[in-house]
Amino acid sequence: MRVRTRGYWLYLAPSLVLFVVVVVVPFLMNVGASFTRWSGVGTPRWIGFDNYARLLRDERFWQSFQHNVGLIVAMAVVPTAIGLVLASALFDYVAKRFGTRTAATLRAMYYLPQVLPVAVAGVVWGWMLHPSYGAVNQIFHLDLDWLGDPDLALATVMAVMVWFQLGYPVVIFMAGLQRVDPAYYEAAEIDGASWFRKFWHITIPQIRPEIFVVLLTCTIAALKVFGPIFVLTRGGPGNATMVPSYFSYLNFFQKSNVGYGSAVATVLALIIIVVTFLFLRVQERAQ
Amino acid sequence: MRGPGRWAVLFALAVLAVVMLFPFALVAMNAVKSPAEYSTQGPLSLPDGLYLQGLADFWTRVDFAGKLWNSLVISVSVAVFAVVLSVLNAYALGIGRIRGRLSILVLFLVANTLPQEALAYPLYYLAKAAGLYDTQLAVIIVMTVIQAAFGTYLLSAVLGQFPKEILEAAAIDGAGRLRALWQIVVPISRPTLNVLLIFFFIWTWNEFFLPLIFLISNDTQTVPVALAVLQGEKFMDATMSSASALLGIVPAVAFFLIFQRTLTRGVTVGAIK
Repeated sequence: MRVRTRGYWLYLAPSLVLFVVVVVVPFLMNVGASFTRWSGVGTPRWIGFDNYARLLRDERFWQSFQHNVGLIVAMAVVPTAIGLVLASALFDYVAKRFGTRTAATLRAMYYLPQVLPVAVAGVVWGWMLHPSYGAVNQIFHLDLDWLGDPDLALATVMAVMVWFQLGYPVVIFMAGLQRVDPAYYEAAEIDGASWFRKFWHITIPQIRPEIFVVLLTCTIAALKVFGPIFVLTRGGPGNATMVPSYFSYLNFFQKSNVGYGSAVATVLALIIIVVTFLFLRVQERAQ
Repeated sequence: MRGPGRWAVLFALAVLAVVMLFPFALVAMNAVKSPAEYSTQGPLSLPDGLYLQGLADFWTRVDFAGKLWNSLVISVSVAVFAVVLSVLNAYALGIGRIRGRLSILVLFLVANTLPQEALAYPLYYLAKAAGLYDTQLAVIIVMTVIQAAFGTYLLSAVLGQFPKEILEAAAIDGAGRLRALWQIVVPISRPTLNVLLIFFFIWTWNEFFLPLIFLISNDTQTVPVALAVLQGEKFMDATMSSASALLGIVPAVAFFLIFQRTLTRGVTVGAIK
């Protein structure tokens, strides 16, 4: 007996309707608006690829993508690297010698910043980094304007993001390590392998799927980053911490350059889709 | 490694944990200092006593109770609606295996990874046209669809593994599709649904961009938006800044402690599927 599947479309219908209204139509409108000059009121004027041509010449746009690269380092690369070492140390050192409870407690402590709304994390650091009454300057007896100095602002935001992101890879990697057959480690120990050799030749290859997932999700998060920039620096000083998402927000809601903002948002969306597919391809090939 | 070496690793890991938690401790310590105490003793001293005026002032000035309520209404609604939609979709895709299911899944996944900026202005425009601008309903609808896109992806994989025999037995007993969904699939998948519910709740609570552009009036704002918008205002002194940070931290940490077990399990389920 063949199972009839047509009746199941009914269950998908409410979502598909909402999906078209909330995602498909707005996205197409956004792409459409990117070919126009439009202030948000009145009739948009069709200008073809002018916005995109302008983007290519706009220094702020290029800078904002350079800052994204820095944030990918801070939000994806560095937390993954440190997270691997931490997870491995917690899993096969602390848990074995000091008990799983100790390892779990440390893991929870590293994870805690992740539970904060990212805007609240920004409020916390905005206060700590305040040039006149902030705690950081007092602790280190410094007199730096961490977020107000153009040479320092991006590095400061990056440091805050490392703090914010670190717990996520630790949790994922520790879960991944539970899958790994302990026989590998036992065999390596009999051969007298050092901690580093085990880490390099067993841990990393065994949890490669988790590493890919963390790198992918964190890279996307870094490309989209908005909340911390809004709260900490609003893209400034000057353009020192401008990112594409904030740049498009600025064009939409403050400069009334809706067409231009839409072009920025469209490019960002395309980059994210391309990055996602590239990652998935690489992951497929690796397995 | 034996002897002192064995403790050195633990010590290094503990130092890092203290560094990670230091901002939390600092915020809590300074939210209960008076401005005078802060200016004389600085941020690092332990508080002399409990000075709660700063917290109370901030609470009333921003109507924090109202913001909590707004966040709660939005997050609970989104979590419930998004789980319902995810279950309906996953029933059709995972169990119904309708044609084109793979393309539909990819479409949902792309929607979930799309930057919200690429939808924001049209949504803002449409919400204004529909009279939904500056209402919580607008945020609830948009967030529900975005969260359900992820939920569908995850649940379809789970329901794809659902034991067919149970459903066939139910069909022989004369149960229709809706009854099979409601009386068999939903109860059996309850653990996964609970994980999704909690995740949607927390993600929505933490959401910043959409509430920021949709909820501009004081009566509709959520906690993160209210705190972020106030950041850097003139009236904010050191104690009030830390008070505001503390009020943002407390609900998030409370949810973490309440849902800890589900969350740590869920983070990894969500990541690998």
